[in-house]
Amino acid sequence: MAGNKRPPALFRNLNAKIAAMPMIATVLVVFIGCTVWTVVYSFTSSRSLPMLNFVGFDQYTRLFNASRWNVSVKNIAIYGCLSLVFSIVVGFILAVLMDQKIRFENTFRTIFLYPFALSFIVTGLVWQWILNPLGIEKVVRDMGFESFNMSLLTDRSLVIYAIVIAGLWQGTGLVMALMLAGLRNIDEEIWKAARVDGIPTWKTYVFVIIPMMRPVFVTTLVLIATGIVKLYDLVVAMTNGGPGISSDVPAKYVYDFMFAWANLGQGLAASTVMLTTVLIILIPWAMFEFGGRKAK
Amino acid sequence: MRYALTAVLSASVAFTGASFAQAADLEVTHWWTSGGEAAAVKILAEQFDKLGGDKWVDGAIGGSGSAARPIIVSRILGGNPMGATQLNHGRQAEELVQAGLMTDLTELAQKEGWADFIRPKSLLDSCTFEGKIYCVPVNIHSWEWMWTNPNVYKEAGLEPPTNWNEFVAVAPKLKEKGITPLATGDGFQVNGIFTVLTAAIGGKELYLKVNKDKDAEAARGPEMKKVLQAFADARSLADPGYVGRSWNEATNMVMTGKAGGQIMGDWAQGEFSTAGKVAGKDYDCLPGLGDHALLDTGGDAFYFPKNSNADVTKAQMKLASMMVSKQTQVAFNLAKGSLPVRGDIDMATANECMKKGIEILKNPDNIIPSTDQLRAPDTQGQVEALAAEFFSNPDMSVEDMQERYAEIVETAQ
Amino acid sequence: MAEATAIQDRSLTHAEPWGAKPKRMFAPATVMVYSILIVAALYYLLPLYVMVMTSLKGMPEIRLGNIFAPPVEVTFEPWVKAWSQACTGLYCEGIRTGFWNSVKITIPSVIASIIIASVNGYALSNWRFRGSEVFFMILLFGAFIPYQVMLYPLVIITRELGIFGTLTGIVVIHTIFGMPILTLLFRNYFASLPPELFKAARVDGAGFWRIFLQIMLPMSLPIFVVAVILQVTGIWNDFLFGVIFAGTPNFPMTVQLNNVVNSVQGVKEYNVNMAATILTGAVPLLIYFFSGRYFVRGIAAGAVKG
Repeated sequence: MAGNKRPPALFRNLNAKIAAMPMIATVLVVFIGCTVWTVVYSFTSSRSLPMLNFVGFDQYTRLFNASRWNVSVKNIAIYGCLSLVFSIVVGFILAVLMDQKIRFENTFRTIFLYPFALSFIVTGLVWQWILNPLGIEKVVRDMGFESFNMSLLTDRSLVIYAIVIAGLWQGTGLVMALMLAGLRNIDEEIWKAARVDGIPTWKTYVFVIIPMMRPVFVTTLVLIATGIVKLYDLVVAMTNGGPGISSDVPAKYVYDFMFAWANLGQGLAASTVMLTTVLIILIPWAMFEFGGRKAK
Repeated sequence: MRYALTAVLSASVAFTGASFAQAADLEVTHWWTSGGEAAAVKILAEQFDKLGGDKWVDGAIGGSGSAARPIIVSRILGGNPMGATQLNHGRQAEELVQAGLMTDLTELAQKEGWADFIRPKSLLDSCTFEGKIYCVPVNIHSWEWMWTNPNVYKEAGLEPPTNWNEFVAVAPKLKEKGITPLATGDGFQVNGIFTVLTAAIGGKELYLKVNKDKDAEAARGPEMKKVLQAFADARSLADPGYVGRSWNEATNMVMTGKAGGQIMGDWAQGEFSTAGKVAGKDYDCLPGLGDHALLDTGGDAFYFPKNSNADVTKAQMKLASMMVSKQTQVAFNLAKGSLPVRGDIDMATANECMKKGIEILKNPDNIIPSTDQLRAPDTQGQVEALAAEFFSNPDMSVEDMQERYAEIVETAQ
Repeated sequence: MAEATAIQDRSLTHAEPWGAKPKRMFAPATVMVYSILIVAALYYLLPLYVMVMTSLKGMPEIRLGNIFAPPVEVTFEPWVKAWSQACTGLYCEGIRTGFWNSVKITIPSVIASIIIASVNGYALSNWRFRGSEVFFMILLFGAFIPYQVMLYPLVIITRELGIFGTLTGIVVIHTIFGMPILTLLFRNYFASLPPELFKAARVDGAGFWRIFLQIMLPMSLPIFVVAVILQVTGIWNDFLFGVIFAGTPNFPMTVQLNNVVNSVQGVKEYNVNMAATILTGAVPLLIYFFSGRYFVRGIAAGAVKG
């Protein structure tokens, strides 16, 4: 594609390099710098302030034995899988429905999209208010169903699903918008051809349209995945990790150890594990996505 | 190595101070935002403004200490320090002091003779690092209290409980009436219940063994098991709505008769008095849950981050001096429901509960150090997480809890 | 991601439905489509409805009634209180104090981050240099690092630059954290523009900046709209960076919101909390209400192409 003039010398294409300076600086100083900093200090016994007292793998041994960490990992796995699957499936279905030349498209789009304008703190607050015992539960009980129980927020095995519900509410609108944009970019010729061949609509979507929308899915995946790894505010606002530790997530573990309990080393060890996991998942994908093109 | 970093951090102090438009404005950060707490802060601010010249700029940060602390620490590290800030003394601020980021108050303290009137002595010790004083203790708070609403019991035809066992015994009757026996929220509150039970049920010896000596043997022993059984009782007496409830909302449940009682530090008293409730009539207080009347002497303290602006430093000294003055101590502690740090002032206006507390503190044998002073925050966090897990999970057995608790005690610092 | 798009759609601004096929109203399929959409819309609207209703009730009514019932007696007091009277600590000035600060932070941050990301995306798509793809990949990985981890190093970096606790400091921080996603959007957008345009301009002897300003920019309105919407929302809603890096005189509105919501005096005043929440979210909400259509159009115009 573009950029096919690739001058060999360092000072050729200088303007592009100047333009990319902020990115290069950010990458080197902030992202690489902070990552190295994180990894180095995860091997120390730093408490409130970073200090270089190396203790080997102590922080990691402790991390993997901590039941709170294991609960966090399990929770993020549940949250991650559910929110990935549901936001993509629901987002796609909504987008397909919106693409049926419907009336009031603007209204529907605004309705699906507006939660994305609200912060996670707000999302957490509202859903806590709806799901707490004075919310839906009380309403249904007042209607005469005395034994109705909807203890999503207080039941330790269900609380993570409450967070999924709130997270989906906030995020699927954006997925829908991305998918809708992708659908709009499909050439109508494709549809005509499918109709001529007598392929059922659903088959056209699954076997023709979805494969064509691969870039959309990739962008969506990146956006959702970054949100999953960083999940923190929503949990704090909704349950603060409770009841007990049952809705804890890794980012909260990191934050608590770094700031609330003055064990920087432990917090950084946890975040190193998080980063490593992300890299393990992302590197093969990046190789696949970017690597093959070099040959072109 | 660590001192190399310290030097870097100290160098940063040179950047400080430029951010104040007026030298006389002293920004004070704290996380006192409940009704009683806000009333107490107001007294400090008014007293300070009355001194003339300088002005108290309130920097309240809503939420708990754990939300406020990173904000406070980053600002000090970043060289944009506030004039003064609340921090629990004990081991929390030690490293900031070590890094030379805090103003040294020794001169002022010696001139005013703080060591002569501040009691118990441990309060000033917590503020001392390498022989120098870096913070001002403003009050004594003890965790070991239970607050009950006697009217709730009377209306249910019950005798108001006077100790933990009675409290547990009559609880089922309250439940029948749709009243929550034990009001609580989650997080630090659950951990507080556990700590209080350790002292009140286990007694001073056990408390010191597990928290101070880190004696895993004692943590596995039968005495500790009794404590954990009491903790399991507490678990069964709370309502499921405790998740996400703040401590003063729980206090409010007791006040309004929705709950029988609450285990909470004496700051809860500030809520009762702000609401105009009378001790002995509208609410009862049971120090040490009516069993072992032991009180810890934790409390709040203010630190004064170093500042290159001389006017700010002057104002800091003025504020520090004011905070321990007799007049401020009386007014502030009456509002906050805490006990004054001075032994030489007249607390005649104190209510019945505070007088009980003052009486108990007169005997040094009744004083136990707070867990903040005994354990690293890291250990505190581990215990807090374990207590929270146990409290939220009715299937977790006492034995299971005890073994895991003992493991933490074994590795504690 | 930048593999040649199989089908390049040239009409950049079209966002008309292309879907399966036109349908008659009231056909069974149409009824189903509308019913699903309406049910979904109810799920999305429910929280907003609850927020608005709650904010219009008095506290006694909240305690007794159910959360879905409309207020028996409409009161605007919670709104007034949230805006100008709610207390935190000593000050009872509500959340209004932070409004202009949020504006002061959001406008320069949005402008700075978009300028840098757009130029960067342009360089990455049209003027690749050795290593540019590697930097871009690391930049994308950066989007996965939880912010909290970078707090202390960033405090130290901004301190050394002498911009900690200033407006400049917070603008720089927002620019850094907006960079990964924005660069991704701009890079994909510029890559989807017809390469002939770029080549023709090169033949005419136009350089890096001239092509950007005279050819690329005029064609990029849709993607700029997307970027503005994303950034305004993100920056307006930020709490953590604002409270740490902006400095006391510049505390954004979310700081007051946090204080109002988290400081309970007596009982939790849900009505005031909800009013404060709506007021704080008003700016991004309005932007979505008025420019939602350009959002989808902008994304359709190329942000999600390969």
